[in-house]
Amino acid sequence: MFSHEARLKRQAVFDLLFRSLTRVSAFGVLALLVAIIFSLLVGSMPAIHAFGFGFLASSDWDPVNDKFGALIPIIGTLITSGIALLIAIPVSFGIAIFLTELSPRILRRPLGIAIELLAGIPSIIYGMWGLFVFAPLFADYVEPWLNKHIGTLPYIGPFFSGPPMGIGMLTAGIILAIMVIPFIASVMRDVFDVVPAMLKESAYGLGATTWEVMWQVVLPYTKVGVAGGIMLGLGRALGETMAITFVIGNAHELSKSLLMPGNSISSALANEFTEAVGDLYTSSLIELGLILFFITFVVLSLARYMLYKLGQLEGQAA
Amino acid sequence: MNAMLNLYTRRRIINAVGLTISVLAMLFGLFWLCWILITLLDKGLPALTPVVFAQMTPPPGSSGGLLNAIAGSLIMTLVGTLIGTPIGILAGTYLAEFGQRGWMAPITRFINDVLLSAPSIVIGLFVYEVYVVRVKHFSGWAGALALSILVIPIVIRTTENMLRLVPSTLREAAAALGAPQWKVINFVTLRAARAGIITGVLLAVARISGETAPLLFTALNNQFWSSNMDQPMANLPVVIFQFAMSPYEDWQKLAWAGALLITVSVLILDILARVLFRQSATTH
Repeated sequence: MFSHEARLKRQAVFDLLFRSLTRVSAFGVLALLVAIIFSLLVGSMPAIHAFGFGFLASSDWDPVNDKFGALIPIIGTLITSGIALLIAIPVSFGIAIFLTELSPRILRRPLGIAIELLAGIPSIIYGMWGLFVFAPLFADYVEPWLNKHIGTLPYIGPFFSGPPMGIGMLTAGIILAIMVIPFIASVMRDVFDVVPAMLKESAYGLGATTWEVMWQVVLPYTKVGVAGGIMLGLGRALGETMAITFVIGNAHELSKSLLMPGNSISSALANEFTEAVGDLYTSSLIELGLILFFITFVVLSLARYMLYKLGQLEGQAA
Repeated sequence: MNAMLNLYTRRRIINAVGLTISVLAMLFGLFWLCWILITLLDKGLPALTPVVFAQMTPPPGSSGGLLNAIAGSLIMTLVGTLIGTPIGILAGTYLAEFGQRGWMAPITRFINDVLLSAPSIVIGLFVYEVYVVRVKHFSGWAGALALSILVIPIVIRTTENMLRLVPSTLREAAAALGAPQWKVINFVTLRAARAGIITGVLLAVARISGETAPLLFTALNNQFWSSNMDQPMANLPVVIFQFAMSPYEDWQKLAWAGALLITVSVLILDILARVLFRQSATTH
């Protein structure tokens, strides 16, 4: 009898141990986040001391005279991600419609996997392909056309004029778009699947066309989730490194034309960090990393919040 | 009557145009996938000779192989997975089994979802700051550490999701037989979710084996054979980056061979994970 109680007690100890072990691991995730933010802050302290908030607004990048500013990489990151979203949102929407409404049942799974494989290709491959295959073709055929037809237009013309070099912000944005399409499309497909079949059937029953069902029933019902998916794609685009590093051209210059080389936060880091000499240079690069982490953190938090909202909606409907 | 017919035709035309565009969008997506894969095969296959697997990375302008880079990548991926997986599974177990009450589980879940898509280059910076700066040199350990940080969120997410799919009657049955909770979880629930969790680990391996950015500041590169993880370590992604950017034709050829190798292994892992997941989903 006594030994039985002892055994029960031992099991209770094991229970406690196991529970604590899992809790510590989960706590590790929180600690990891705090550690990332803290270490980046510490690393960027010299730059923060030297430049203050002016770092964000300065377009200097002069390793020789130790003058650094984040404006050009930040703008480059935002512009390339913006171009990527402009292309990726409509395409992902079309893919999601195709996969949820149009595709024959047998093709649905393989096609869905094919699109997801696009997300599986490592970003360095996109970079190589972009530099060696896409950029030359882009320079030979697309950019002269842009120069000739859009570059002469008022207002938007200056954005599309410039020497056709193949590498530059526009190329980087297009390649980013291909990379984020699978992320946005798969979230859209998942949230479209959440729409209760009865809602769609009612609309079809009233005589709505597929397109009207998508625009007037499915999209309004899932708009929070769709926005969440777009934000998720944006988060990916902002932090993408290798693909951009290959094709953006790494020029610390602010130019109006999207055809000109530029720089992004992540490509500045990838290119310059290991070669940076001097504390202030390194520290400025780390501060760039901190800014990137902050921006993506905010964007991804918003994305998760929106998807969580949609989850709640689904819970209410069930 | 005529007005109604017009309206009807207009709606049908809009529908047809919209749906055509969505088919085109699908083709647009597949077009890039095919183009990239064909390029890889076209440029990678001729470069993929047995020498690639037999010789070390060459100095500029001469021919050689990728043996040390392949070995380094395998070692660091393996170590990274071995560090990250247990932590991920334990934390995922906490979220699924113990996280019903309190503030910690929802916050952890949220932070984990954010870390899941956090820029990997920042993870590289982080490991550089906390490890490389302390020991004052780049090393294979630092690379593996950076990769393990990428593994953890993926494994946590899939573990939690898979454990939630296990019916609670299974847990209750085990508990009713008198099994303590740690035994219920370890010998019943985790075992029932095994295939799903392995899927998560495979996806994580697929993700990290192509990652370049976190290795740039951690493992760096090494031109020679090195199995010492305390030294800078050659790895495929960084070698591809360096060789592709170089002006030497031999190096570029090797970069294409490496690119083909990496892509094929990542895609095979991805597909394997999906097939495995599908099997586990149908047996439940």
